[in-house]
Amino acid sequence: MSQKISLHYDIDGKDFSIAGEASSSVKKVLKQLGVSPEIIRKVAISMYEAEINTVIHAGGGAADVEITPDRIHVMFSDRGPGIADVALAMKEGFSTAPEYAREMGFGAGMGLANIKNNVDEVKIRSALGEGTTVEITVLI
Amino acid sequence: MKQVFHSVTLDSEKCKGCTNCIKRCPNEAIRVRDGKAKIIKERCIDCGECIKVCPYHAKKAITDDFDRIFAFKYKVALVAPSLYVQFKDKPDVNAILTGILDIGFDDVFEVARAAELVTTATKKLMAEGALQKPVISSACPAIMRLIKVRFPNLIPNIVPLLAPIELAAWLAKEKAIIKTGLNPNDIGIFFITPCAAKVTCAYAPIGIESSLVDGSISMKDMYLRLLPVVKRIDNPKKLATAGLDGIGWAKNGGESSAMGSERHIAVDGIWNVIKVFEELEDEMLDDIDFVEASACVGGCVGGPLTVENSFVAKTRIPKVLENTELSPSPYRWSDVVNEAVKWKTPIEFAPVMKLDDDMSVAMQKLEELEEIAARLPKLDCGSCGAPSCHALAEDIVRGFAVETDCVFKLRERVRRLAMEMVDLEGTSFGQGRKKRKQ
Ligand SMILES: Nc1ncnc2c1ncn2[C@@H]1O[C@H](COP(=O)(O)OP(=O)(O)OP(=O)(O)O)[C@@H](O)[C@H]1O
Ligand code: SF4
Ligand SMILES: [Mg+2]
Repeated sequence: MSQKISLHYDIDGKDFSIAGEASSSVKKVLKQLGVSPEIIRKVAISMYEAEINTVIHAGGGAADVEITPDRIHVMFSDRGPGIADVALAMKEGFSTAPEYAREMGFGAGMGLANIKNNVDEVKIRSALGEGTTVEITVLI
Repeated sequence: MKQVFHSVTLDSEKCKGCTNCIKRCPNEAIRVRDGKAKIIKERCIDCGECIKVCPYHAKKAITDDFDRIFAFKYKVALVAPSLYVQFKDKPDVNAILTGILDIGFDDVFEVARAAELVTTATKKLMAEGALQKPVISSACPAIMRLIKVRFPNLIPNIVPLLAPIELAAWLAKEKAIIKTGLNPNDIGIFFITPCAAKVTCAYAPIGIESSLVDGSISMKDMYLRLLPVVKRIDNPKKLATAGLDGIGWAKNGGESSAMGSERHIAVDGIWNVIKVFEELEDEMLDDIDFVEASACVGGCVGGPLTVENSFVAKTRIPKVLENTELSPSPYRWSDVVNEAVKWKTPIEFAPVMKLDDDMSVAMQKLEELEEIAARLPKLDCGSCGAPSCHALAEDIVRGFAVETDCVFKLRERVRRLAMEMVDLEGTSFGQGRKKRKQ
């Protein structure tokens, strides 16, 4: 079955307060599709972390969501500064979050680890100066 | 918990078919069809937003008639603390409770006292580490139903304890049975309610199979009956026992203060609660142990069946206690209470937003829904009877509406038909006439 629902969200890099909108809207769609609460939870948490990262570390980007009967796949892409060492960035506690973000309670270096713990697959591709893509897959 | 009854209902004679309620309903549960509002039962959480907003008072909360109490040999009133703060001049709880006895009840039970016991139970569970944080209060039934239909992932965070009203009903019934020796069926337990959500609980309770509450009487109705009576009471019986920890539950924030937790938030107003729940669901909020959420602005003092302005009522909470001589409560914490207050049946998720049981059919419908939504004008004017263009698109794929319910789509269609008519006039009509002539 090649059934697929595709959704696209722009992630504004300037407005903090709207980070989480893509996650909210995907949650609503998943509830309409009757996806189980446990799967929705995983998608919501990991999407929110990735959205916030796109805002804080990359100044904005986009999220492309694909829902098929067996999986939810989300690709976050940005044209931000990129990640020098992806393996290091994935480690709990590693963070380069700027001061203002720390004051807001971000920057514990837990986001990527939290994503990893909640999804079935996470793939990060990054090139310094070019940008980053974070792909997450949650199996239904 | 199968929900067939809702307290919130429509008086169709008064309904003008305007768009106020459809837009204000937090669950998109109302549609205007054939000029009258209709409530989608599965989605209604009895929050009472529509009652508050309807300018024609066409939305109402069904409550029980006061005279129903006389069907029982022994009648007990469960009194919510929000009633105490409805009275203007020097509200004295003892006088109010005595007044309730004067108008026909045999006994009174303060829900505020049960609230204090619920707080004790909650604190115990928190201390044992038995609860998933942030712990969400189970006090407001509208909020419980909101979680049930929209926030399944927050179900494990709810304190698995009965709301004070159910504990009060149980304690009151036990007491009455012992005191009177009557058959339990002859004892009527009536709740004086500030809202529709709690009326519904008597039929579809939360955390237990069936409620011990036999009926709910509107706070407005009780207030009007009590007003002249309470004024005349010089020598009130000493019935009041609940302190600030219990009475404080009348307003949003009161339960949190009683909990004594520093890491708590108190959220009021259904829309604010939804916002906070979205964030909790994404685990955006840490540093919080306890969430007190009330559907009504201000908490139960803002309930749709109260009389007094909620902002004024709130300020009376400490005053009530200044005016009232408290007696020690006969209801203490015990193992029996501890057992009684626990949920017997868990809350189950009711996926009312689901488009179809079969996910691939649901996907098809969703695709269709988005296509239709893209064609609609996105004005969210409400003329079609749905709260937004998107909601109309959803109704269409669910088979409850058609695209021409949209006035703009209808206009387009009429215009097109008119054009076709003109074309017909010019061609086939004319020819037809010619033919006839022949
Ligand atoms: N989209 C991105 N572009 C550039 N760098 C990124 C991006 N996402 C993550 N990083 C880098 O990876 C690090 C770790 O990210 P992670 O989400 O785990 O922690 P954090 O965002 O710093 O803190 P927290 O998520 O706990 O608030 C970041 O500090 C940043 O250096
Ligand atoms: S806040 Fe109180 S009055 Fe309002 S719906 Fe909830 S329980 Fe009823
Ligand atoms: Mg992060």
